[in-house]
Amino acid sequence: MSGYSTYKPQSPFMQWLERRLPIASLIHSSFIAYPTPRNLNYWWTFGGILTFMLGVQIVTGVVLAMHYTPQVDFAFDSVESIMRDVNYGWLLRYIHANGASFFFLAVYIHIARGMYYGSYKEPREVLWILGVILYLLMVVTGFMGYVLPWGQMSFWAATVITNLFSALPGIGDPIVTWLWGGYAVGNPTLNRFYSLHYLLPFIIAGVVVLHIWALHVVGQNNPTGVEPKTEKDTVAFTPYATVKDAFFIGLFCILFAYFIFYIPNYLQHSDNYIPANPGQTPTHIVPEWYYLPFYAILRAIPNKLAGVIALGLAIISLAFLPWLDTSRVRSANYRPAYRVFLLVFFAAVIGLGYLGSQEPTGGYVIAARILTLYYFGFLYVILPLLGLFETTKPLPNSISESVLREGSPAGASAPASGA
Amino acid sequence: MKFHRMKFPRGILALAVAAALTAFGSFAVRAQEADAPPRLSWSFAGPFGIYDPAQLQRGFKIYREVCSNCHSLKLVSFRNLADPGGPGFTEAQAAAIAASFQVTAGPNDQGQMYQRPGQIADYFPPPFPNEQAARAALGGKLPPDMSTLAKARSYEWGFPWFILDAFRMYQEDGPDYIHAIITGYTDPPPGFVLPPGGQYNKYFPGHAIGMPKPLSDGQVQYTDGTPMTVDQYGRDVAAFLMWAAEPTLDARKRLGFQVMIFLIVFTGLLYFTKKRVWHDVLHDAELQRPRAPTEYQH
Ligand code: HEC
Ligand code: HEM
Repeated sequence: MSGYSTYKPQSPFMQWLERRLPIASLIHSSFIAYPTPRNLNYWWTFGGILTFMLGVQIVTGVVLAMHYTPQVDFAFDSVESIMRDVNYGWLLRYIHANGASFFFLAVYIHIARGMYYGSYKEPREVLWILGVILYLLMVVTGFMGYVLPWGQMSFWAATVITNLFSALPGIGDPIVTWLWGGYAVGNPTLNRFYSLHYLLPFIIAGVVVLHIWALHVVGQNNPTGVEPKTEKDTVAFTPYATVKDAFFIGLFCILFAYFIFYIPNYLQHSDNYIPANPGQTPTHIVPEWYYLPFYAILRAIPNKLAGVIALGLAIISLAFLPWLDTSRVRSANYRPAYRVFLLVFFAAVIGLGYLGSQEPTGGYVIAARILTLYYFGFLYVILPLLGLFETTKPLPNSISESVLREGSPAGASAPASGA
Repeated sequence: MKFHRMKFPRGILALAVAAALTAFGSFAVRAQEADAPPRLSWSFAGPFGIYDPAQLQRGFKIYREVCSNCHSLKLVSFRNLADPGGPGFTEAQAAAIAASFQVTAGPNDQGQMYQRPGQIADYFPPPFPNEQAARAALGGKLPPDMSTLAKARSYEWGFPWFILDAFRMYQEDGPDYIHAIITGYTDPPPGFVLPPGGQYNKYFPGHAIGMPKPLSDGQVQYTDGTPMTVDQYGRDVAAFLMWAAEPTLDARKRLGFQVMIFLIVFTGLLYFTKKRVWHDVLHDAELQRPRAPTEYQH
């Protein structure tokens, strides 16, 4: 992380500290002097937004934990008591519940940015794989958190999702019993999910440190996909990236606040305001919106085991992107065919999300199968072949040159938003 | 084989997308097992909407005189009736209301549970000691607890309404549904076979509801001149139940407005700071200088 630093400790104390623990110069080189490409657009602010959201979730979560009771007879009521009796408890809970959604919104945009600009390619493979691990950890954390309020959807989502493991031949049922800590989702399940839901965000925070470390070793990609060559191609992290990130975090917070204050239950299933009842299955069990595309893939496949494998593969495959994509050109801006296939891929994922929210009947199943086919076809057929056949557009010699050629000032955004 | 610049027939792509969207749309309006509850206008809808205390008091009267015979309200306390943003009773009124209920307390020094008049810190006592007692009295059906009922019911509006509703800030599914249930008792259509003990209700999923029609015109006395119709009762009790489920709505909207103003101003300032900071980078004479490609090689 060091190497960029021009930091010279001034005060005697800082000089003393620097010789013993050079933390000030580490921070200086990582968050002040660190060179970032001058042509980054606003899609690059989502890494900062994710870090911010992780902080929001941890802070609100720790306070919620002070009032929450992880016991099946009290969990639902303790959440309601947070909403009613704890000062600003309603605010904490609505921030945390909607915060999970916005965390996922940001990570999906962040991943899509990476795919569009080929940020996973050499030398950023490890950085990318750490990202996929972060996403996986988020999925697990979010799922366990959703179980805690112990409403109908909490209980039944936990039942359905843990039951997926029972599809594995032989070891399936023992695994499910082990996960539950019994023969059904019950108090031991709630206890362990609470314990893990508290633990995992701190593991995420640790992996984020690795992720950012890896980022600072290889440097950021940029909309041209051409590595910075001269000093003119980069600007210092502070103030340039800092202020840009802060501005977009502000915009993101406006949207976030709109949900918290005006439609706090919009993203939540109303059944979760009914206390968990193991004796009564809801007519329609749906996971949170951010799992819907994968839920649709699961249900698109008639065989349970195959469905579970497809579900897992759909996520894990992202880690192989650096090797599935055979093109040496990074940015989709210079790969016209890839760009179209990729945008269709994004549309397919959104389509799968919609299908995941609907009952799996008739036309829905067929549509989900077609989109699932495209999902895997894109990753395992189109991506490897495209790199061999595609004619790409000429790349600029450098970031600065691309900035000049486009006739727009550096720092302006490539695809969507203007600076 | 070599691809020479893939030209995508954009027209075809657009058509495919349009076709897919219409297909989804027509799936979404497929017949549901209950009618869509009519959307009413509520005093607490929208960014500045708050509860109307007079309406909550009327709704409370209905709950107390009618619904509380079967439905519990166990997460609401008598003291909440005097909380700001609620029905606006005074503490003395709330205490008097509490005293009109009998609650189970104890054990006393003899180890006995006993009945005493409610105190302001008590919670609304349930009408039945347990689920089995409720079912035994009501033909096997269980009346749900009402503390969160107004947030625990919704209606699947389908695409594209669920997207539009985010912009319209529609969060009143629950009260709309409760009002609809109260007003939705009709004769069953010919050929519909009601199970024993069931009533026909247009808006109840599956139509056969286990609750007898709870309200009819003129049943609850209003003293403020509000019409004493089932429709009005439905609105008032639904508003009261929304408050019971979301007692902090007023505080939320008020704080929300302040936070929004702050965020918009603050983000605006950040925008101008960003412009200022980046100005020199964007207008860098050295960068504007034309140069030969070789100059980039390091
Ligand atoms: C005679 C007892 C009784 C009274 C009085 C009563 N209810 Fe009910 N209520 C029930 C029962 C029983 C059910 C469960 C019905 C079922 O599940 O079929 C129910 C269910 C409901 C439901 C839920 C429907 C659903 O979607 O599950 C609502 C809403 C409701 N009642 C509102 C009211 C309101 C408002 C009042 C007061 C005006 C009231 N009830 C008075 C017995 C009663
Ligand atoms: C908790 C979740 C995550 C946090 C907090 C986080 C944080 C960050 C931060 C601060 C950056 C630098 C700023 C930027 O370029 O946007 C970054 C970059 C990056 N992240 Fe993440 N990230 C997370 C998850 C992910 C995931 C799930 C992936 C992909 C699967 C991913 C892939 C990347 C890549 C490839 C980069 C380098 C981007 C580039 O320069 O092109 N990250 N991340």
